[in-house]
Amino acid sequence: MAILWLSLEVSGVAILFSMVVGVPLGVWLGIRRFLGRGLLVTLVNTGMGLPPVVVGLFVFLLLARSGPLGSFELLYTPTAMVIAQVIIATPLVIGVTLAAIQGLDERLRLQILSLGASPLQYFWKLVIEARLSLLAALAAGFGSIISEVGAVMMVGGNLRGETRVMTTAIVLETRQGDFSMAIALSLILLLLALLINWLFTWLQQRRAL
Amino acid sequence: MNPLPLLQLEGLRYAQGGRTILDIPALEVHEGETLAILGATGAGKSTLLRLMNFLLTPQQGLFRWRGASVPRPVPLSIRRRVAMAFQEPLLFQGTVFQNVAYGLALRGLRGATIQSKVDEMLHLFHIDHLRHRSTRHLSGGEAQRTALARALVIEPELLLLDEPLASLDLPTKEQLAGELKHLLGRRRLTCAYVTHDQEEAVAIADRVAVLENGHLEQLGAPEEIFFHPRTPFVARFVRTGNVLPGVVEHSQEGLAVIRLQERRLEAVSDIPVGRQVWICLRPEDILLSREEKSAPSRDSARNHLAGVITALRPNGPTTQVTLDCGFPLLALITRRSALDLSLAPGDRLVASFKATALHLIEEGDTEKR
Repeated sequence: MAILWLSLEVSGVAILFSMVVGVPLGVWLGIRRFLGRGLLVTLVNTGMGLPPVVVGLFVFLLLARSGPLGSFELLYTPTAMVIAQVIIATPLVIGVTLAAIQGLDERLRLQILSLGASPLQYFWKLVIEARLSLLAALAAGFGSIISEVGAVMMVGGNLRGETRVMTTAIVLETRQGDFSMAIALSLILLLLALLINWLFTWLQQRRAL
Repeated sequence: MNPLPLLQLEGLRYAQGGRTILDIPALEVHEGETLAILGATGAGKSTLLRLMNFLLTPQQGLFRWRGASVPRPVPLSIRRRVAMAFQEPLLFQGTVFQNVAYGLALRGLRGATIQSKVDEMLHLFHIDHLRHRSTRHLSGGEAQRTALARALVIEPELLLLDEPLASLDLPTKEQLAGELKHLLGRRRLTCAYVTHDQEEAVAIADRVAVLENGHLEQLGAPEEIFFHPRTPFVARFVRTGNVLPGVVEHSQEGLAVIRLQERRLEAVSDIPVGRQVWICLRPEDILLSREEKSAPSRDSARNHLAGVITALRPNGPTTQVTLDCGFPLLALITRRSALDLSLAPGDRLVASFKATALHLIEEGDTEKR
């Protein structure tokens, strides 16, 4: 139960951070035209397919005792796992938000401004208008990190009672030959994914009516 | 009329992708007037409206609001004096009420104030009964009424309408055009109204600006645009019907003789001899008769042209007759007259019109007239 809770906590906090950072960035990229925007969009798209083990390695090197942030002693803590997951999920959130904002009719954006919206009110209205797609960003981001194993294993270390989450526990149980436990944990993870996606879909469809 | 225009544009130039979209030396919108911006697709009408709404930034040009120059970036306080409604309703998710209330909420108004203002506007546009309806379940007319109410409820000092009726069916369009004109007049609203429909422009506007390829071709009262077009483009755009090239051959006491191929026409004009002109003649100013006028005419019309009917096109209560007079000449008569004269292609007719019916445009000198 503690493993399940930690999984939810780490991925929940990570997706929250990713949304807070990714949604404004995605909106900004969606509405602004500037030199170098194409490069940024390419970087985001590349980031959407970032291999988690590469992120794990990067965060590991960053937080390792000899690394630039070594003094904070974050390696093998849930915080390190959150950092890795934020790096994995944020490009996804930015990418989906960007697509959602670009999917809005350009004249709808002009209409919001022409009715006298301030920059902040404009941003907020865009988020509201694109909220169904932003729920997809939330679902995609959360789905990608709750099921991710490579990065959390590397930076979390799979320490029992401290950094062990559902995915790393499944890997461990499989390695130890306790297949029934591994299958049970997998089923719980699947059920969790199903529940969360059902919740997002319900929210999305309810608002779409 | 206030001596200071509400909005003045000076030396406006807007380009996109290296192509000049708009180049307008000067344009003013006066308080309380409805200015129709008329032009074909791609003339730059919508771009002009977006510039007036400060949604686009021109490469060159100055905007003055009641005489004071508008700084860049445009302050929110000035942006909020203008509101625009587009051709498509562009409604937000939510109910009709929420849409109409949106601009008021942006301005920090709350509760009862919003309620009463929105109620009044819903009533004006006859959509009270739709207040709680989702915008997903509105007809085209209802949606456009909602969009217009949303723009008007914030009581903008300048209302910009970008072909707001273009996507509606004809009965709805006519009804809403009437209501809109009534509303604009009653509230003394200042409005810039983009349309490609000249009839809509005449119906609603105090002044008409005709745009062509980003240039202001003519600006004036509707009658002026329709009866005294300044360029051949404007003449054709307002369906003058006959826009023909000629040369002033003789001029005396304000009466000019214009050579049009091998024909001679008389017109009231002081354009000097030798000048190339465009002859504008509205089809409805032409009288058609069957008699051959070999002898000098006995009516007051100064012009009589013999021709052969090449086409007859009935259109509702009227019939458009195309005559070959050495050049094609369009005349418009009532359908009943066409029947009485038993007109048929190949028939010989005489087209008569007064010298005052001709409007001349001097070629290459659009400034003078």
